[in-house]
Amino acid sequence: MKIAIASGKGGTGKTFVSSNLVRSYKKQVALLDCDVEEPNNSLFLKGDIVEQRRHAVLVPKLQSDLCDGCRVCQQVCEFNSIIVMGGKAMVFEDLCHSCGACTLMCPQKALYEVDHEIGTIVVRKSKNVAMVEGLLDVGKALAVPLIRKVKSYIKQFKDIPIIIDSPPGTSCPMVWTIESSDYVILVVESTAFGFHDFKIAINTVKDVNLPFGVVINKDGLGDDRVEKYCLKNNIPILARIPFSIEVATSYSKGDLLVEVDPVYQKIFEKLWEELINRVKSGAKDEK
Amino acid sequence: MKICVTSSGATLESPFDNRFGRAPYFIIYNSDDKSFSAIDNSVNINASQGAGIQAAQLIADSGAKVLLTSNLGPKAGELIYASGIKVYQVETDSVQKAIDLYLKGELKELKESNVEGHA
Repeated sequence: MKIAIASGKGGTGKTFVSSNLVRSYKKQVALLDCDVEEPNNSLFLKGDIVEQRRHAVLVPKLQSDLCDGCRVCQQVCEFNSIIVMGGKAMVFEDLCHSCGACTLMCPQKALYEVDHEIGTIVVRKSKNVAMVEGLLDVGKALAVPLIRKVKSYIKQFKDIPIIIDSPPGTSCPMVWTIESSDYVILVVESTAFGFHDFKIAINTVKDVNLPFGVVINKDGLGDDRVEKYCLKNNIPILARIPFSIEVATSYSKGDLLVEVDPVYQKIFEKLWEELINRVKSGAKDEK
Repeated sequence: MKICVTSSGATLESPFDNRFGRAPYFIIYNSDDKSFSAIDNSVNINASQGAGIQAAQLIADSGAKVLLTSNLGPKAGELIYASGIKVYQVETDSVQKAIDLYLKGELKELKESNVEGHA
């Protein structure tokens, strides 16, 4: 069972829900932190590092004396990441999507592929949670290849639930994170900005054709526009997490709320029940 | 000498466009015979990424030695400066006005890219 946790707006509480959800589970569970620009689950779950490795993608490199400036590489590049200036090709590695077309098509065989490191994969063990996080190098723009690497660990977790924490927003990194999951939780706060981005996120999840439900976080903050919208559009509200100074204080200290407050442990246990039932029943009506 | 101006349209009267890579047109003005031509940049307007470097190549290929625009990103800047093109920063209404300001020597040279990239 793979559950992705996403939102439109940043800061609605994806990591809060992810970290507390996995810790509240009574058995073994896996957590993939795909928010590779700021993978923060380990701040709360901590745990020991069991594996750490650099991740690289392939990018073209030019053997300059062989290049005759024919521009074939530039023409076949779908991503505008290679250009011919002054009679020689120039590669912009940060724009490259590693498709290999330029290297394949170069008539002079002047291009070859080299590793271009983009980040680190860290595997941690924290009590009942096996955690894999991707940490994108500062200044790198290639979140998706690192997210896909994090997701490649899915096959190592055969019979346990997998929680996947998504980056905010609704662009490629979010889509690659949620794709192929069994269910998506949209964490939302009922404010003007939260509601605006929530509607965009709903459309994205529908485009990817995945069933989804909503966790209203900071419930009591803002108004009831999210609640009304969900009722009107038959979107299930899976849980409500009250807005309180105690929650904010505990979170800011790096505590896991379910470890310090049994009321919240119950909320997250109930959320697990909802999720398991919905995934079992196919959740087809929630697409 | 050829002068390139980022433009919203294909004529000298067209409104100046302050974007570089995603300007709809580049007007190439020849100060020797006062003729001009327009390069259609519509391919790059819709590019998901890398518009700046493609635009830089169009301009380098045009033979322009001077570029009049408002904002230049780091990747495009790298190529423009490597091609020996001088960049002058301008904020004005029309392409013609930008050219007039340059010819009067009233524009400040932009020695390096002045805006961040947006990946």
